[in-house]
Amino acid sequence: MPMLSFLIRRLLQSIPTVLAVVLLVFVLFSVVPGSIVSSMSDDADPQVELRLKQQLGLNDPVYVRFGTYIAKLATGDFGTSFRTREPVTAMIAKRAWPTLQLIFAAMAFSVVLGVPLGFIAALRPGGLVDSAAMVLAVSGLSIAKFWLGLVLMYLFALKLGWLPSFGYGDGGLKYLLLPAVTLGVSPMALFARTTRAAVLEIMTADFVRTARSKGMSETRVVKWHVMRNALVIILTTVGLQFGGLMGQAVVVEKLFSWPGIGSLLVDSVLQRDIPAVQGSILVVVLAFLAINLLIDVLYGVIDPRIRYA
Amino acid sequence: MTGTPLIEVEDLRIDLDDGLKRVAAAEGVSFRIDRGETFGLVGESGCGKSITALALIGLLRPPLSIGSGVIRFDGREIQHLSAAAQRDLRGNRIAMIFQEPMTALNPVSPVGRQIAEMFVLHKGKSWREANKLAVEALASVRVPAPERRVNDYPHQLSGGMRQRVMIAIALACGPDLLIADEPTTALDVTVQAEIIELMRNLCAERGTAILMISHDLGLVANVCRRVAVMYAGRIVEERGSADIFRTPSHPYTQGLVASLPRLGSRAALGRSRLKEIAGVVPAITNFPEGCRFNPRCTQATDICRTVAPPADLLEAGGLVRCHHHA
Repeated sequence: MPMLSFLIRRLLQSIPTVLAVVLLVFVLFSVVPGSIVSSMSDDADPQVELRLKQQLGLNDPVYVRFGTYIAKLATGDFGTSFRTREPVTAMIAKRAWPTLQLIFAAMAFSVVLGVPLGFIAALRPGGLVDSAAMVLAVSGLSIAKFWLGLVLMYLFALKLGWLPSFGYGDGGLKYLLLPAVTLGVSPMALFARTTRAAVLEIMTADFVRTARSKGMSETRVVKWHVMRNALVIILTTVGLQFGGLMGQAVVVEKLFSWPGIGSLLVDSVLQRDIPAVQGSILVVVLAFLAINLLIDVLYGVIDPRIRYA
Repeated sequence: MTGTPLIEVEDLRIDLDDGLKRVAAAEGVSFRIDRGETFGLVGESGCGKSITALALIGLLRPPLSIGSGVIRFDGREIQHLSAAAQRDLRGNRIAMIFQEPMTALNPVSPVGRQIAEMFVLHKGKSWREANKLAVEALASVRVPAPERRVNDYPHQLSGGMRQRVMIAIALACGPDLLIADEPTTALDVTVQAEIIELMRNLCAERGTAILMISHDLGLVANVCRRVAVMYAGRIVEERGSADIFRTPSHPYTQGLVASLPRLGSRAALGRSRLKEIAGVVPAITNFPEGCRFNPRCTQATDICRTVAPPADLLEAGGLVRCHHHA
């Protein structure tokens, strides 16, 4: 079972990565000025402040706190939020679904539009479609998300009144649409460019000439011989973009008041709610590792030359 | 031989257009191949032999295109056929094998499927039937255990096996003409002999004509009945392959023949150097005036530097383009 041993090895390899992230976040938040206590009030009674810090264990040395944290983490306990006194796992569980919804909707939007756009552009390089697609792609990559989000809100919520301007509502498509498009525009542009480049490169391969010598139409050449080869390259980009999207979701969630992990992270950082920050970041990192593992497995499905050993 | 030739090329010119100017990568190319005949096209890299082959099968891509001339296949002009009509011929009646079996097959598609495509494309078979025929096709090129091998991917096969697969693809629809462009250059010498033998036998059985393209005059003369030698975009000599070895007429052909190692000769035993032709093939954009071989030719005179030699018919059959031929 080379696949099983590959999976086990990859899972073991991710342990140091996770530990490094935990350590980094921990050290970072022990050196930034301010704490949950100072963020609550500007003129708090020093006595109260001291007592609160004692309660939350903030007066202990960093290594002691780190030790306790890791020990708890190993049992699946992410700690308790300073702000809400809720277990962090419960907070994250509540917010994981909206974030997943947002990221997958944005991904679906960008793949469904970007990849075919790249294919069409590559079939007639330098043509009208190609030029238009590439202008679109460059704009999509360079546009600032918070600005695009505001423009979309203004247009579709304020002016046209078709969609709600922000919020999660009942979690339906109506609420999801604007944030997902805002988040999906830049990966869409990237997929269009990557796909175009991949297809153009594959079109010069010897096996494409063979396919043509068989008497195939260009459409068949692309369908039967180019697509699957391009898929390997596209998949890599998609995998990397998942990680990027999780970062960019922070901005979009905040902008649209989307109750996901991103906005939880921002709020927690602002109020120095260290357990919640650490928990959110850890979950994002784990998701990133999981998706990368999935992509690596998919490579083998698409390209028979890739073997797991 | 009488009757309509299978393929007849008349005064073919292939243009290379780099956007600024148009030059002839090959010109005045004429030859004919009869049904079931074996014909060789020989020359150094860059002499225009591969692009001539690509022109025949309609696969010239920009910046290359057919400038003028006629290609007649089975009595019908094919150089201006519609894309769809060309596709009907391509693969079906004119097939081609390429030099690099490593890269000429799609790496992410099983070889059986790549053969089966031919039956789906040209014979209107369903995939199920086509896959069955692919097993037979693989068996016909003597690949052992074909019913298992059809599921293999190209990287699981050796170079020789891959070239067998290429032959199976090319001959799948029983074409009238097989163009083999350096089919064995990338292979070991022992495998080379096997592949050539296989290709020759299969084509002889099915009455398929072969146009073989190679830089290796010895190999071509061994396989083909007639040989044309190309130099700098022109055919300089065309003869029966036995004649061309015995009495090469053009100084370039003489040079090629002299540069072949012969068993038992002093050169082959390592006691003297192999003969070589001094100089290199001129670039397409910089063909010399007159006879294009004149800067490298030991017999060149003033007329060679100014006037392109016409095609002279030889008494023993064949033709040569040289002012001073024997």
